[in-house]
Amino acid sequence: MDNVLEVNDLEVEFLGPEGRIEAVRGVSFRIPRGKTVALVGESGSGKSVVSQAIMRILPRAGRIAKGQILFRASPGAAPVDIAGFADDDPALRQIRGGQISIIFQEPMTSLSPLHTIGNQVGEAYRLHVGDDPKEVERACVDILRLVGFPNPERAIHTYPFELSGGLRQRAMIAMALIARPSILVADEPTTALDVTIQAQILQLMKELQHKLGMAILMITHDLGVVANMADEIVVMYHGKVMEYGTLDHIFRAPEHPYLKALLKAVPRFDMAENERLVPIREIKAEAGSLLKSKEPWPAGATDTIPLLSVKNLNKTFGTRKRSLFGSSKGGQVKALDNVSFDVPRGTCVGLVGESGCGKTTTSKIIMRALRADSGKVVFNNRGAPLDVVTMGQDQMLTYRRRVQYIFQDPFSSLNPRMTVNQILSEPLIIHDIGSEEERNARIQELMRLVGLNAHYVRRYPHSFSGGQRQRIGIARSLALQPDLLICDEPVSALDVSIQAQVLNLLKDLKSELGLTYLFISHNLAVVDYMADHIVVMCAGHVVESSPRAEFFRNPVHPYSKALLSAVPEPNPDSRLDLRALLDGKASDPKAWPEPFTLNGSLVSHMVDVGGGHFVRMAGDKKQEGGRP
Amino acid sequence: MFSYLARRVLIMIPTLLVISFLIFIIIQLPPGDYLSNKMAELQSQGDQAALDKIAFMRAQYGLDRPFIEQYLVWLGAWPGANGFEGMLQGYMGHSFEYDMPVSEVVGERLWLTIVVSVATIIFTYVVSFPIGVYSAVRQYSVGDHVLTFIGFLGLATPNFLLALVLLYLGNRYLGTEIGGLMDERYIGQPWTWGKFGSIIEHLLVPTIVIGTSGTAGMIRRLRANLLDELQKQYVVTGRAKGLSPGRLLMKYPLRMSLNPFIADIGNILPHIISGAAIVSVVLSLPTTGPMLLQALEAQDQFLAGSFLMQLAALTVIGMFLSDLALAALDPRIRLGAGGTR
Repeated sequence: MDNVLEVNDLEVEFLGPEGRIEAVRGVSFRIPRGKTVALVGESGSGKSVVSQAIMRILPRAGRIAKGQILFRASPGAAPVDIAGFADDDPALRQIRGGQISIIFQEPMTSLSPLHTIGNQVGEAYRLHVGDDPKEVERACVDILRLVGFPNPERAIHTYPFELSGGLRQRAMIAMALIARPSILVADEPTTALDVTIQAQILQLMKELQHKLGMAILMITHDLGVVANMADEIVVMYHGKVMEYGTLDHIFRAPEHPYLKALLKAVPRFDMAENERLVPIREIKAEAGSLLKSKEPWPAGATDTIPLLSVKNLNKTFGTRKRSLFGSSKGGQVKALDNVSFDVPRGTCVGLVGESGCGKTTTSKIIMRALRADSGKVVFNNRGAPLDVVTMGQDQMLTYRRRVQYIFQDPFSSLNPRMTVNQILSEPLIIHDIGSEEERNARIQELMRLVGLNAHYVRRYPHSFSGGQRQRIGIARSLALQPDLLICDEPVSALDVSIQAQVLNLLKDLKSELGLTYLFISHNLAVVDYMADHIVVMCAGHVVESSPRAEFFRNPVHPYSKALLSAVPEPNPDSRLDLRALLDGKASDPKAWPEPFTLNGSLVSHMVDVGGGHFVRMAGDKKQEGGRP
Repeated sequence: MFSYLARRVLIMIPTLLVISFLIFIIIQLPPGDYLSNKMAELQSQGDQAALDKIAFMRAQYGLDRPFIEQYLVWLGAWPGANGFEGMLQGYMGHSFEYDMPVSEVVGERLWLTIVVSVATIIFTYVVSFPIGVYSAVRQYSVGDHVLTFIGFLGLATPNFLLALVLLYLGNRYLGTEIGGLMDERYIGQPWTWGKFGSIIEHLLVPTIVIGTSGTAGMIRRLRANLLDELQKQYVVTGRAKGLSPGRLLMKYPLRMSLNPFIADIGNILPHIISGAAIVSVVLSLPTTGPMLLQALEAQDQFLAGSFLMQLAALTVIGMFLSDLALAALDPRIRLGAGGTR
């Protein structure tokens, strides 16, 4: 067997102020030439450290304590031990970037903002192949075309901030591949991207692997990505290899309990009705009497009116167009175009779409953090309709108690200089609820409600993990006993194992406390698990609105179909079908096939296709001054 | 590009106008003026001829007119005793203290001030850059700790004290002349190589003295900036490409950490000129600092006002230059990071 890389009994340790930490404890695996090996595990499992050790780009505090990393540049060549080099050995630098290269998770921060794409992509070529400027430029243009840049000759003169996230990641891949390495290390290459873009990037990596005959070491926590990409899989937990085998072996006959647990924690499309995810560490939510005692609803208050009703919302943002120097008022971007949907009380409505589709803008308008250009948002306040767009200051105070928000990023959404106690009591103080003792009792109850030890209230957010912080965020949003929670991608920043924990918690809370959710996410499997009704948004339009079961059984709109087919499933039998992505044109309303095409000249309506299932289709010609 | 430049230059005009107005208000704030003080003095001596002359000067320089009119005359937008004659026409006013036009009083002093300032800026950059980079790259090494300690000493030592110590040392061991900006025999003489050499020799001590605290501060800032940048992902990307450590450092993080320094140029200019006043008094440097102090004390209003105006102009021009340099260096500023959301 010809292995391009063999890792034998690798140990990596970090020397910090807290002493020695063993991040990788005796890991061994191999990468066959031209194949893909996936390194799977949750954060803190040491999988990224392994990749840094292979590249020899460990942080200053880290060092390889033991073990070999044997690299064979060509079949039959004498192996080189990468772990044996001194830090600045020129021979090591020749391998790094030339023979083995890496792409990172964050395409924005991984590229220097001050240098052009051509400069940065060409650099690896200059270092490892040749530095004739004409040749470098030609190689740059070639590789950028290969990774799918629409206009590579122009792209080499652009700066990273002028490109979209997907294009930046493509540039990153181009940079890694320009010297034609034997191994590409991909450290969570698609985690920061939308599903549709993710599918395109994964497909691209596969094609390039085929063309260039390189091996890929794929580091990820997403089992769906693994099932679509990998030939062999290494599962890591706490710095050790838990299980090692081929794709079929891992997915069909997992042996190690950790791996079995990991597979059960991922939401899938084929889950049975009312099947629960099984998190690796389950948490128990305890709802106390204080939080359950809500102001009662008058009988019949929500029989006919939904809790929240959004009608014909429109919002445009002006972009400032900047030339070389100076700026002028540029074009307008239509962020929301006649967005309407209802959120009935006691349900969970899932709002789905890729970044930039307007879902967060909608939620901000509902929260009154933005003002809509036109349209209505009506909230059912115990039977009395409350016009959210026009309400005054005192009504706003009431409204804020009824509607709360859970943020995506558990790290930046908690003030690092406030204790948990201060964080949880702040909403109560603002709304002047209870005496000091009552507030403390309520905070204790909130902590138990989200499964956190009530003694932790005096700690600061930094001493909690991502999942625990997200639970603190949830507790904060529940402090005022709201009716409606807007959850903006509440689990997309979390590991799969933690994700299941938080999703289950949200589900339990909904039934325990009688909550209503507006659940915003780009992950359809998660929405499938949570929502009763699904609203799909694209380019500022609501394109499909349907009960959950009906939507997944029979998606009608081409964008919904593309979105569904772009989700990598943790099942080797259902691999991604890229044709459904329409070559990346799925989110362009002009490129949708008839009768879904929206090109501004035709009026579009939501058409009932039965069973409460609506789809946006183009209708009659727009008439001057006519009613849509 | 051209429109941006034109806009920036045009906006300097109202800025300077507003500044000139504020300056005039401030120097007019103390009660009385130079001549009324002088008059009180002379009256007590009963010198009628001198009193007549002063009354004539009051009328001549418009000190008997209302405030706003005085300002406009000074500016050159209102006819004074000799018609339009103010800053707009390039006339700086008349110094009562020296009894000659301000431009003649200031003359060489302004140029020498600029020489001292530029020398100080160069000194600051030349010394602080290598040290700052070394401290950041070798964080917590012995060298870093020693340099940091020296840097703090530099920050904590009062300038004038350091000036006295260096003067003593320079005179005792190197035989350098005490004080002044050149040997006495060159003062008022035409430029020769000897004069030039003498100025360089005399510049040494003031440059070190004035530059020390700025240098120490800049080392700290460069170290902090560079440490931040060194953590960034794009540095790791560069390493992963196989760049050698030296080239990696020069090309990416150092380049990124330059921005604050360029943005600082506009601030450094006036800071050095006004901050060096005390040192200049101690070292008896013929720069503008001591003269400004004296002019303010004596209420020699046109001299003080013109001084302050020149400082303001330097600041505005310095800001303009640093903005230009920033735009040239950083594409994010040049091209703008997309539209506002």
